[in-house]
Amino acid sequence: MTTEGFGEPQGGGPRTRDLVAYAQRLGDDALVLAQRLGEWSSRAPELEEDVALTNIGLDLLGQARALLSYAGEVEGAGRDEDDLAYLREEREFTNCLLVEQPNDDFGATIARQLYFSTYQLELYQALRGSADQTLAAVAAKAAKEVAYHRDHATMWTLRLGDGTEESHARMRDGLERLWPYAGELFEADEVVQRLAAAGTAADPASLRDGWDRHLDATLAEATLARPDGRWLPGTGRRGVHSEHMGYLLAELQYLHRLHPGARW
Amino acid sequence: MDGQASFDAAIATDQRIEPRDWMPEAYRRTLVRQIAQHAHSEIIGMQPEGNWITRAPSLRRKAILMAKVQDEAGHGLYLYSAAETLGVSRDQLMDLLHAGKQKYSSIFNYPAVTWADMGAIGWLVDGAAIMNQVPLCRCSYGPYARAMIRICKEESFHQRQGFEILHTLSRGSEAQHAMAQDAVDRWWWPSLMMFGPPDDQSAHTAQSMAWNIKRHTNDELRQKFVDMCVPQAEVLGLTLPDPDLRWNEATRHWDFGPVDWDELARVIKGDGPANRKRMEHKLRAHAEGAWVREAAASYAAKRRDREAAA
Amino acid sequence: MSGREPSAGWPLWEVFVRARRGLSHNHVGSLHAPDAEMALRNARDVYTRRQEGVSIWVVPADAITASSPDEKDPFFDPAGDKVYRHPTFYDVPGGVQM
Repeated sequence: MTTEGFGEPQGGGPRTRDLVAYAQRLGDDALVLAQRLGEWSSRAPELEEDVALTNIGLDLLGQARALLSYAGEVEGAGRDEDDLAYLREEREFTNCLLVEQPNDDFGATIARQLYFSTYQLELYQALRGSADQTLAAVAAKAAKEVAYHRDHATMWTLRLGDGTEESHARMRDGLERLWPYAGELFEADEVVQRLAAAGTAADPASLRDGWDRHLDATLAEATLARPDGRWLPGTGRRGVHSEHMGYLLAELQYLHRLHPGARW
Repeated sequence: MDGQASFDAAIATDQRIEPRDWMPEAYRRTLVRQIAQHAHSEIIGMQPEGNWITRAPSLRRKAILMAKVQDEAGHGLYLYSAAETLGVSRDQLMDLLHAGKQKYSSIFNYPAVTWADMGAIGWLVDGAAIMNQVPLCRCSYGPYARAMIRICKEESFHQRQGFEILHTLSRGSEAQHAMAQDAVDRWWWPSLMMFGPPDDQSAHTAQSMAWNIKRHTNDELRQKFVDMCVPQAEVLGLTLPDPDLRWNEATRHWDFGPVDWDELARVIKGDGPANRKRMEHKLRAHAEGAWVREAAASYAAKRRDREAAA
Repeated sequence: MSGREPSAGWPLWEVFVRARRGLSHNHVGSLHAPDAEMALRNARDVYTRRQEGVSIWVVPADAITASSPDEKDPFFDPAGDKVYRHPTFYDVPGGVQM
């Protein structure tokens, strides 16, 4: 996970490097999840749901573009959103492992959405007060979007959890399979610690309470048990991903890479 | 006035027929079939383009493609909505599609092989669809006409996007230009087939026109389409794969070569290159989603029971 | 095959949208949803593409009572009909070509 070789960022080293890393991390989360949701197109359980999932994917893609563009701008090495999305390799992406997990079935997809959109809402609500104007502005818009995403995930968690025996089992399985990846959302490495101290980033640990409360309330109403396994220590923020990431990037990037420098 | 007389008067004065009006059974049947197949086409049409969402070569193109495919789902919804005013349910129509008893536009039985196909589909397939659709905004049946007005409003950006993709490719690298030309070479003739068989072989045209469902003949629209595309191809810097394309000074139209109607017949019958894939994909999504639909229905029923008991 | 499909489970809702204050709600179409909350949400996604400031009503289709098309016509019941859409005079079995 290195920006080395792309020249010194403008306006002073470590603080700027931190900001670039943070914006990239948020952008990568959104990009990878948008990519996963794009896979549902024409495959959703009902037409109305196809529209809903694509809507969410489009919002996330918009967030990714804003954040990655900003990261490139701050970095000052001439990289734009496409350079960052299409020309970095597995070890340079800093998304959390949760978002790169495959869609599996609708239950697992909703579980992933519940965990992640609940986290994103806490995150963006906190970031509205960021000392960085751009992040604050992105967060203000994104918070409204992810409130909607969280509602969607919540509505479906209730319907699947308290629907049929089969849906309950599938939802429960999804929640349990993805549970180990939730922990990474609340970890703080040095980058985030420094930025949080400066009022730029949200301290991930501070997002935990709101997340827990919403999750507990939702799962209880959905007659689902909260998983109680251990959380895996996060590795995504330092660019160490699951084996899924390589395939995801191959699909996302191959055409762009096949035609270096081309316009589309 | 009895029902038939009211209906005839409405048609004669180009008024709209609305859901509760008396209508000939054949008129109702024709509309159900036409609207349903139009809806099915939108849904199946999501596949060739949807497949490229994860591989779009820029984030902007990815976003535009996602929005376009989402629009198509929406269009399907508007059309099923219109069909349902005629006394059928969406489920019934889906069953007919899945059983192969109702069709969708055969254009979607061609594979989207390269990124440039996104451009060709937008320019040619959506272009042809628009040509068919604009007159439908004045269709005699109210709900269908209103759905079409909504659709046409959203459709114009689709064709522009396709044109823009091809324009950028054509002026890009040699490889990109070749990709664009190859896509146009493959989609041109199938697009002409979208207007249906020639007038002298089209059984339904006369009746549909008498009922103000159809406003122009197949050949009229096909000619209009060719006339529109030829200058556009020139702007694109791409050629059309028809050696017989020639300006006719007398008629002020572009004469074009013979369409392979055998190919159209084969593809309609089910022998198109991607027929099976399209149906399997649809059937699988439907089957895999059954437990989800049931869960939502079950939850709703449980809630109703709880509220009733409270 | 799908005879037991829950069309009972995902009934039809009619959607009315008021584009902005000062206007009235207009009928824009219909959709299928299992309950009111999802109907509202789907209506927002499909019919307003999530524009802000619009007001949406969703009504179960079978809750609508309609006047008959021509009150002077002796064929139609002047007291109003539950069915406001074309009545199905006969059941179309699944296998029939339409």
